[in-house]
Amino acid sequence: MADPIAPSVGVAAPVATATGIVKIFGEARALDGVDLAVVPGKVTGLVGPDGAGKTTLIRVLAGLMASDEGAVSILEGPPAERLDAIGYMPQRFGLYEDLTVRENLVLYAEMRGLPREAQESVFRRLLEFTDLARFQARPAGKLSGGMKQKLGLACALVSTPPLLLLDEPGVGVDPISRRELWAMVAELTREGIGVLWSTAYLDEAELCDTVYLLSEGRMLFTGPPAELTGAIHNRVIRVTGFAERRREALTRALDRPDVIDGTLQGRAIRLLIGEGEKVPDAAALDMGPDTQVTPTPARFEDGFIERLGGGPEGTSALAAAYREIPASDAPAIEAKGLTKRFGEFTAAQDVSFTVPRGHIFGLLGPNGAGKSTTFKMLCGLLTPSEGSGSVAGYDLRRAAARARSSLGYMAQKFSLYGDLSVAQNLDFFAGAYDLSGAEAREAIARVTEIFELGAHLKRNAGTLPLGFKQRLALACAVMHEPPVLFLDEPTSGVDPVMRREFWTHINGLVRRGVTVLVTTHFMDEAEYCDDVTLIYRARQIASGPPDSLKAQAARLTGKDDPTMEDAFIALIEASDADGEAEEAA
Amino acid sequence: MSEPATDPLPDPSIARAQASGSTGSAGGSSHRRLLALIVKEYAQIRRDPSTFLIAFAMPLLLLFLFGYAISLDPRETRVALVVQDDSAPAARLAQAYVHSPYFDVTPLNAVIPARALMEEGAIHGFVVIPPDFGRSVARGAPRPIQIVTDGTQPNQATFIASYAEGVRLNWMASEMAMRAGEARATGMGPPIDVSQRMWFNPGLQSRYFLVPGAIAIVMTMIGTLLTALVVAREWERGTMEALLATPMRMIEFILSKVLPYFLLGMGSMALCTVIAVTAFGLPFRGSIFALFAIAAAFLLPALGLGLFISAGTRNQFVASQVALLASFLPTFLLSGFIFEIGSMPWPIQALTYAVPARYLIPALQTVFMAGDIWPIILPNILIMLGFGLLFFILCFRATRRSLD
Amino acid sequence: MPVLQLPARFTRLRAMIVKEIWALLRDPKSRIVLVLPPLIQLFIFTFATTLDVKNVDIGLVDRSGGVHAQELLQRIEGSPRFRDVIVLPSMAAMEQAIDEQQVLAAIVIQDDFDQRLARGQSATLGLVLDGRRSNAAQIVAGYVSQIAGGYGAELAPISARQGGSSAVTHWYNPSLDYMWFTLPGLVALIISIAGIAITSQAVARERELGTFDQLMVSPMRVHEILIGMMMPPLLVGMFNGMLFLVVAQVAFGVPFTGSFLLFIVAMIFYQLALIGMGLLVSAMSMTQQQAFLGSFIVTVPLILLSGYAAPIENMPDWLQVITYADPVRYFLIIVQGLFLKAMPASVVFHQLWPLGVIALVSLSAAAWLFRARME
Repeated sequence: MADPIAPSVGVAAPVATATGIVKIFGEARALDGVDLAVVPGKVTGLVGPDGAGKTTLIRVLAGLMASDEGAVSILEGPPAERLDAIGYMPQRFGLYEDLTVRENLVLYAEMRGLPREAQESVFRRLLEFTDLARFQARPAGKLSGGMKQKLGLACALVSTPPLLLLDEPGVGVDPISRRELWAMVAELTREGIGVLWSTAYLDEAELCDTVYLLSEGRMLFTGPPAELTGAIHNRVIRVTGFAERRREALTRALDRPDVIDGTLQGRAIRLLIGEGEKVPDAAALDMGPDTQVTPTPARFEDGFIERLGGGPEGTSALAAAYREIPASDAPAIEAKGLTKRFGEFTAAQDVSFTVPRGHIFGLLGPNGAGKSTTFKMLCGLLTPSEGSGSVAGYDLRRAAARARSSLGYMAQKFSLYGDLSVAQNLDFFAGAYDLSGAEAREAIARVTEIFELGAHLKRNAGTLPLGFKQRLALACAVMHEPPVLFLDEPTSGVDPVMRREFWTHINGLVRRGVTVLVTTHFMDEAEYCDDVTLIYRARQIASGPPDSLKAQAARLTGKDDPTMEDAFIALIEASDADGEAEEAA
Repeated sequence: MSEPATDPLPDPSIARAQASGSTGSAGGSSHRRLLALIVKEYAQIRRDPSTFLIAFAMPLLLLFLFGYAISLDPRETRVALVVQDDSAPAARLAQAYVHSPYFDVTPLNAVIPARALMEEGAIHGFVVIPPDFGRSVARGAPRPIQIVTDGTQPNQATFIASYAEGVRLNWMASEMAMRAGEARATGMGPPIDVSQRMWFNPGLQSRYFLVPGAIAIVMTMIGTLLTALVVAREWERGTMEALLATPMRMIEFILSKVLPYFLLGMGSMALCTVIAVTAFGLPFRGSIFALFAIAAAFLLPALGLGLFISAGTRNQFVASQVALLASFLPTFLLSGFIFEIGSMPWPIQALTYAVPARYLIPALQTVFMAGDIWPIILPNILIMLGFGLLFFILCFRATRRSLD
Repeated sequence: MPVLQLPARFTRLRAMIVKEIWALLRDPKSRIVLVLPPLIQLFIFTFATTLDVKNVDIGLVDRSGGVHAQELLQRIEGSPRFRDVIVLPSMAAMEQAIDEQQVLAAIVIQDDFDQRLARGQSATLGLVLDGRRSNAAQIVAGYVSQIAGGYGAELAPISARQGGSSAVTHWYNPSLDYMWFTLPGLVALIISIAGIAITSQAVARERELGTFDQLMVSPMRVHEILIGMMMPPLLVGMFNGMLFLVVAQVAFGVPFTGSFLLFIVAMIFYQLALIGMGLLVSAMSMTQQQAFLGSFIVTVPLILLSGYAAPIENMPDWLQVITYADPVRYFLIIVQGLFLKAMPASVVFHQLWPLGVIALVSLSAAAWLFRARME
């Protein structure tokens, strides 16, 4: 057999190619004529929102599914005969949770026929590489999300396959672990391995050598990421110094016909201008005398939105119909010394903050650091061991039920009743939040119209397209017009247009006086927040507006204009350094 | 985090050489893969609570219930005795009832309270010795006594009727003997006397046949339910997907499930047998070899069915429901270990022939109570092996190497 | 906004109940639980769970060859209980037939049998039984004794006939029809299986769907959630109960002599007790699979210790005490009483209040555990 991998020699032959792949599930065309090639020594990105068909395509490449049309070739052969050549990490890593780190490695080494005499040195290097050497004897189920990811990668790598298929390795992983994972993959490509990396995070696309952008089973774009952003590179501007409050400014900008997309970025707003439109200057935007407009580099997400035909308008119909939350000086959400212990283990230690009416507050932090624990204490799912909290002025201990009826809640995972119809879900949540009779009918009619659910009312919620699930979840959370909203990673995996629509509604509601608490490790969601607190190892290590966190990070790293993700990493690393210094002292 | 150490990976050329080599000699590493899978399965069995529950807690519970808690032995049935006559013969008859080992007697003097006790289920029958009974005996024409049973439990009713009559007959024999002297009385017994001999289980202990039934249920649970669950778990947790992407062949996967759970089933069976013999005093008259041969022959269809179920349902919850319907209930209801197959209507009797446990129960009962009676054991073993073969063929046909 | 007015409590409760009922009717898994087991139970349980002994093959070794032996043989052959009488040539053949389970029992007629009877002496009929199925064998022994006794009585000299007789009456079920026992018992059993299995899934299902947190952050109170979750098993149980009530009467001719109202009341009490136990299992399990195993471990002892399969009096004393906590025990007595015995309200009440106590204890424990396990 000819050596299929020719490291760093010009344009190498692809290790894997797929041409004209069609895959049909029942009625749905999960893949509709898709082409793809994975080149040795490069990271090929397979990018797209949840439900785009990424996993199906990877499974077809790995020989786990047969396509209905089209051909797949791995090292010039069918996948089923090239299983030795494929390293595959499924979305849930394929780890045995009852087995230890080492036992998992041994299993996959034996399955792939790695010679016994080579195993010891391979494991040593893989464990060092993934920084898991200390945890060899720990069951995989007891590892953190990031560590599982690394172990999954190590298991896929035991026999150094020429082709490595990674199905969403970055999902649910905090920025630090994600960065480490990328460093590892970079190392692998240097060895000549061809890597296919699938992701729903568009910022990861920019790190790939070639990107395949998949949406609803079709390729929207193929090529180096710079090609996509290059097409719009003059059309992205950053606006600062405007007179209005930032959310009003964004809304007004989005309502302009020449603006097709916009996001908040700390105190600034970032706008994408439509093709063929003249890029507006400060005067054209009419946002006050101090307004400054600077061009800013385009991002992959901007390109995606452009391909999808732009984002929604800035005005939210939901907010327009929402009641005005009465002004009040009292904080809408308050945490005072919240502490939660599970036996010996402290999950959250002395967390305090206040969120005034009409603000968005973000809880950030790596997985398992304590942000979910804090979030759950505030929405009444956990009772604090110490400290107290209040929502809409109701103490969580003394008036938990009143506090709960004042909040709307939206979970990360779709968590409505999938076997009930849309109408039945709406009926149930109206009743659960004490809406009855005419009031309930009116509320249901209102959200049905706003979220365009009318055509789907009889459909089972579980079979809705992802975007409509998202809408239904938000509809159920806001039907009773709560003064406070709790959002748990609300837009992870959702396509960017949907995400814009979602945040348009949230921004609109906030202007009506609604207060929002959001947990996220999605950094552009953090940018929408007025204030954030970063929780690490159960403690708050930094708090303040996103801009001030970025400023802190700039001081720590000496880097100009760091992103929110840079800030997140810098602050956590500084905290680790402090901790080590304390231990040393 | 810092950059990883340099040269983090083995030289890819080694792996490539090795990869290209192994495609040619896949058979060579097949036993290694199988061994690795079995080692993995063993580690999981040791650590998974539901395995523990099904393979150890459940057998002990079932053994306790069938070997100790419930008993079909008829003894000490609660009855009432209504004596409406105060003569000496009546008193002697009443004494005969009170002393009978089969009855727990509540003496009453009227029928009305007896009716009330029957209604609430406190007694299952009563005997009425009528007024004037003593004098009628003296006249040589005893008035009939009344035996009333609670017909809501037909077997118990039959039992009470025949044993109550038995007590009366004995009483009568002794009355006659008293009146006529020894010599005549021998000729005056019941003309046809049935002398019973209960082979294999002279003490009529129901645990003798219930415990082998419990062992059958235990092996069904391990062979079918547990196996279906562990395979479904591989699908559910995504580990199947990772395994399928390796050069593993399906036969290796199936064997890696069959061998450990076969051993677990045999081990659990052996444990139950030891407890049954030592703690519950069951006889063990056959040979260990026969016992193991029977158990092994049964575990094959049980495992085959479990694997077949999990090939169709890749979800633990559904697998457990189907396994319950397809294995536990038939073993419990249709194997003949409690409920008499002969008494069922023919469509259901026909159905029992498709239940492997139907062939296990007589073989097990024989090896425990009677000994190595090969004319019983061997055909049953062969039929069970036939079912095993069938289920494994079905299982291989249903298992595709794909996620579709 | 009217957040905490009195009617609001009912709004939430109503929403929860409506949701649970919809979930029951629309979830394909629940639909299976709703339709399939009752059908299977109806057709299999009814016919299979019989301790009746019929269609038995019996062996005969006849060494006398006389007329009495022949007559006896014909009577046994004529009995509907026995299927075939297999004539065996020798004791060795008899032994083999029993060993190999060709016959469950064998009658041995000694060579002096006829002579003794002819002389007016009492003769002994040997009966060898297969103790591997001692229960069935014993019942067969009873049948043989009856036939032999009956024939003997006809032969007996007049003086022996003067020994008296007994009149046997079977109350409530005069012909001792086994179905009259099975069907009322099945009402108790099937409700218990459905009740515990469905209830135990309730919390685990919400946890697996991810809707559990969604419920807990709503203003819904714990008791409202629990009452809502009680609805599906209650409805399924009622459905099954009614179905069997009708089928038992129409298809199997089992009389229902008691009060229908009492039946409904007793069913509700019984189900509340079962649902309490199911909710306990539910609150303890994190996944549907655990809930399934949990409900299995609870249901099997409940049924086996109820007195249906084996009389409670036969159990060891300390275990008899434990059966007082078994709701099936009480309902079994009630349902048999209402079907066959026209059990009056006062007697039903004796069995009803323990059910009430069990329901109260198990439901309170479930509510407590539910709150405690929220974290």
